[in-house]
Amino acid sequence: MQHVIEFQDVEKRYGDKTVLKDLSFTIERGERVTLIGPSGSGKTTVLRLVMTLEELTGGYVFIDGKPLAYEQRGGKRVPVSKRDQKQLRTRIGMVFQHFNLFPNMTVIENMIEAPVHVLGKSKADATERAHELLAQVGLPDKVDAHPTSLSGGQQQRVAIARALAMDPEILLLDEVTSALDPEVVGDVLQVLRDVAATTNVTMLIVTHEMSFARDVSHRVMMLDGGKIIETDDAETIFTNPSNERTQQFLSAVLRND
Amino acid sequence: MDYLDALSMHASRLWEGLLLTLQLTIVSGILAFIVAVVLGLMAGSTKKLLRFPARIIVEFFRGTSLLVQLMWLFYVLPLFGPSLDAMLVGIFALTLNYGAYGAEAVRASMTSVPQSQWEATIALSMSWQHKIRRVIFPQAWALMLPSLTNLWVHLLKGSSIVYIIGMSEFTFELLQLRRTTDWFFALAVVGLVVYFLIALALTQLMRLLEVRAKHRLGRGPSLKEILSPMPPKPSVADETPKPHVTGGSR
Repeated sequence: MQHVIEFQDVEKRYGDKTVLKDLSFTIERGERVTLIGPSGSGKTTVLRLVMTLEELTGGYVFIDGKPLAYEQRGGKRVPVSKRDQKQLRTRIGMVFQHFNLFPNMTVIENMIEAPVHVLGKSKADATERAHELLAQVGLPDKVDAHPTSLSGGQQQRVAIARALAMDPEILLLDEVTSALDPEVVGDVLQVLRDVAATTNVTMLIVTHEMSFARDVSHRVMMLDGGKIIETDDAETIFTNPSNERTQQFLSAVLRND
Repeated sequence: MDYLDALSMHASRLWEGLLLTLQLTIVSGILAFIVAVVLGLMAGSTKKLLRFPARIIVEFFRGTSLLVQLMWLFYVLPLFGPSLDAMLVGIFALTLNYGAYGAEAVRASMTSVPQSQWEATIALSMSWQHKIRRVIFPQAWALMLPSLTNLWVHLLKGSSIVYIIGMSEFTFELLQLRRTTDWFFALAVVGLVVYFLIALALTQLMRLLEVRAKHRLGRGPSLKEILSPMPPKPSVADETPKPHVTGGSR
């Protein structure tokens, strides 16, 4: 069985600052994995490497067994072709902390732009799917709205729908509730719980919402200083973590909850 | 009475000078915009092969004076090759000169589109042409318009320099009329007012484009609201920005 995501000795440096070092892990099809850890531990960097938003400075990342950024050829580490990378990238979707909707397009235009022009879907099919997804995230009446006229929580639900409209195998969620007012966080998380319950999409999640992480994740990975220091099923990590650093981190975070 | 004769004799020439000035301003303005977009995109590219030639062209035409460029094109070039029509040379020099400045405005406004927008286009696997055309440029457009307006007004005023290659544009005709009369003051006022009015028309046109561009990004009133003869009810105008603010949390 092929891993959906595989990190092999991944290293990420910015100048002479090393963010990730010798990072190796695998994620299976349909698995939902949450990355936790103190800020600066490299959680978001992991997601950004999968989305190819960052240059991979060392090691390898594989999607469905295929190299995403670099591959080994003739004993050398060489970049993969742009075409191969693009082909793999269409299987990956991402939801950002600040939504990143396109302000020059309406909600429906945001949602059908890439399905039509990147995946080559017909406009009618893409529009129909977009309507379905907007109903699913609870915004069926916002089809023609302008992103700037929506609240933060509504914008984030549109962003989730936009990512799903690409039918991704992998969905990356990067602190999707961190920029939201507390009273709308629940709505957004409920939408994601729905997605988790009704689809088989693989999810890699960075969040500070520990109860959400506990509910939806199959597995939790604790990062500290660019390394995975503990990984286990969600229940074990949250009730009975074995690593002392994990215990400290969780007791600090959960106390604030 | 002599003065009136002089004026009536010159009126048609002044009018033709004015038309030539307008022609140069509009044709070179449009062509300069095209050059600015092409060079600006090239200069902002990550590919050296595109970026390098664009930088050379931009720096050359920005760094040398329009007057000298005109002299080269019109008086020096024929020594080696083709001699070009004055109108062609005038338009060509104005286009490249102001296109080079415009390229910087285009490039700068593209880089001012938030990084997060570029990242969203990567997450949706958009090709370079696709993201530029549909996402980045429409947002950069609103940002670059004020600079382009400035440059267009500069071009209008800069166009008077083509008299050195023998083109009788408005300023030239005005100076001719001054020679035959002694109306220094009146002619200076006419020159001032005419250029000012053309510049005003250009800036107002560009302002409308800017209003439309901003409205498309969900900021500010629509063109219709701006142009409608009835002023919008103050209560409505006060309330509209509010949803934009609460939606933010940015």
